[in-house]
Amino acid sequence: MQITTPHSPMMSWLPIAPDFRGDLRTALDSTEPVYCLENLAALAAYRLGFLETVQLDRAYGRSDLKQAPGFLPMRLAVLASSTVDHLLPAIRVAGLRRRLLIDVQSGGYGQYRQDLLDPTSALHQFAPQAVLFSLTAKEAISAIPLTATAAEVEETIAGLIEELRSFWRKAREICSGVILQQTFLDVTEPLFGSFDRFVPGAPARVVARLNDRLCEAAAQDGVLLLDVARASERDGIDAWFEAGRWLQGKLEIAPQAAPVYGDMVARILAAQRGLSKKCLVLDLDNTLWGGVIGDDGIEGIVLGEGSAAGEAHLALQHYAKRLKERGVILAVCSKNDPGIAEAVFHDHPEMVLRRSDIAAFLANWDDKAKNLKAIATRLNIGIDSLVFVDDNPVERARVRQSLPMVAVPELPEDAAQYVRCLADAGYFEAVSFTLEDRDRAQQYAENAERDALLESAQSMDEFLRGLKMSVRFGPFTAVDQPRVVQLINKTNQFNTTTRRYTSEEIAILTNLHSALTLQFRLLDRIGDNGLVSAMILRPTPEDEDVLEIENWVMSCRVFGRQLEHEAMNIAVEAARQRGARALVAEYIATSKNNVISALYSSLGFAAVNQTVSTSGATRWFLDLADYVTHYTHIVRAGVAG
Amino acid sequence: MTVQETLTTFTRILRDLLLDDSIVLTMDTRRDDIPSWDSFNYINFIVAVEIEFGVKFKIADIESFDNVGAIVTATTKMLTSD
Repeated sequence: MQITTPHSPMMSWLPIAPDFRGDLRTALDSTEPVYCLENLAALAAYRLGFLETVQLDRAYGRSDLKQAPGFLPMRLAVLASSTVDHLLPAIRVAGLRRRLLIDVQSGGYGQYRQDLLDPTSALHQFAPQAVLFSLTAKEAISAIPLTATAAEVEETIAGLIEELRSFWRKAREICSGVILQQTFLDVTEPLFGSFDRFVPGAPARVVARLNDRLCEAAAQDGVLLLDVARASERDGIDAWFEAGRWLQGKLEIAPQAAPVYGDMVARILAAQRGLSKKCLVLDLDNTLWGGVIGDDGIEGIVLGEGSAAGEAHLALQHYAKRLKERGVILAVCSKNDPGIAEAVFHDHPEMVLRRSDIAAFLANWDDKAKNLKAIATRLNIGIDSLVFVDDNPVERARVRQSLPMVAVPELPEDAAQYVRCLADAGYFEAVSFTLEDRDRAQQYAENAERDALLESAQSMDEFLRGLKMSVRFGPFTAVDQPRVVQLINKTNQFNTTTRRYTSEEIAILTNLHSALTLQFRLLDRIGDNGLVSAMILRPTPEDEDVLEIENWVMSCRVFGRQLEHEAMNIAVEAARQRGARALVAEYIATSKNNVISALYSSLGFAAVNQTVSTSGATRWFLDLADYVTHYTHIVRAGVAG
Repeated sequence: MTVQETLTTFTRILRDLLLDDSIVLTMDTRRDDIPSWDSFNYINFIVAVEIEFGVKFKIADIESFDNVGAIVTATTKMLTSD
């Protein structure tokens, strides 16, 4: 009898490579390492199984590139109590998929305690920018007898969680960035059957309780979770754990699950760097509803209750609406007559998405790649922030071909599977959920109103005057801290140095007397734009009367409103109050922040030493005695809250 | 599938895994004969064979394989028995 291999989790949203073997060898034959890397990154965008992932990683290893233009290098340490060697290739490949060059280091399994404590360990030398704890629940299960009372179980688990927290604290001492904790995989077998749930000491109960307490502690300590427990519930434990592999080499995560595991790690690391997708662009015909509106008419399309297929399309609409509620921007890109397409949103009784949910609506007969570019421009976000969902394989292939930076999920043929595919892809992985996210959809709708106002205004000046803008500002506060952290880490365009900060670092800055921090909230007659800019200044080591603008970010939502001028007016006043005589600033060019390349010169700073360094950084100087206050249409509304 | 066909597929899998097109496997090849075929890549190879052939080796068998021939024999046995 043939024994079949267990079902393995698949990255079904990625397209199948037409010729993986051939393309990999072509990439390897290239003598130019950077070109080779580009080819490997392109291959990483395909659906890879375990074997292909190992091969791609081996090829990547041969290129031996620690950095390359357009790629972001980072160091990740994996601390594990089981074998994780087979997961590391998948993490690196998933990094390549997001243009992250992840240098992964892992000690021997079970070595993590010593590695953390020993200041001479390889881990300390490595100075990781992210640390991932990948631990099994075995220790907890063996520490708790089956006969333990609920109170005893709680006590033991509390002790284990305290120990974990001490590891996290240790990790923070060596790691400037994010700490990730894997949730505990439940590989236990039922002992009493369904009755397990009533027995505090039953292994399955212990794991469940451990995960509950772990999540609470992680939330309190600002540690992010890698939720493999949830993934294994979705895919089935057989997809994630194989008893044979555990016995053979203490592999807790099954090799077949490695590609998905790696992708889950990389998407959190990317999210932390502000590289998650921001906007869901939807096709209409056979995507948001069944049928073709131009042919079938509003009565003929399949949508809504009463038809299973109609409900499947409705499910996608519900999911999109939920995404919008958590701050994802929605857009439409469809080959259709605009009037007919918009009428469905206004007039079809079963539509869940309404016209007001859509921040950019492009229905026309143009090429979709062209429309996607127009959507990114209109929303003022990077084209690589888009996810494009279309049922038509030809359109998908065309968009991938001309805009490889746009994520285009390989939608299954069955509409019933659309939501699962989109959800599995993890495009919108988040590392926080702030008030700002909740209000984002409203703010984009308000921006559409502002755009209309701008179109009707005779001049830019008249438009800005008519907005009746005011700014609330002040130093960073504890209450606004999550938003400040998010703003600094997600902003790529107006970001002077692209230095990223963790919550802890911002908390320290907030209380640091020598630092000058400023946050800005812009309001106008249409609404509250929210907390949209943050600035961090510190005295320079050479001269404490000179403050350096260590970083300055501003949300793209408020570009062109003179806020940068008013913010600098405010910063200069605050600096003068401290007795400072000058400001210095640095602009570090990236592929995304060209929009502010002339920022400091336009604000009256003088360039210091005109030679551009290899890192693309320029330095700027402002003598506060020479500063001429910029005239703006923004009034001061007081201290930010 | 003949023994030779199975062996050819094994060779392709190991070439892909180690990115080395000079590898040729025979029934007598042992792991030590292939320089980069370490224990990590041994598990990788077993997993790859299981995926390719749609079979699952018994844990006791995996421990007892001492050359490629033994793996071919075990694979063939699983494919032919019902």
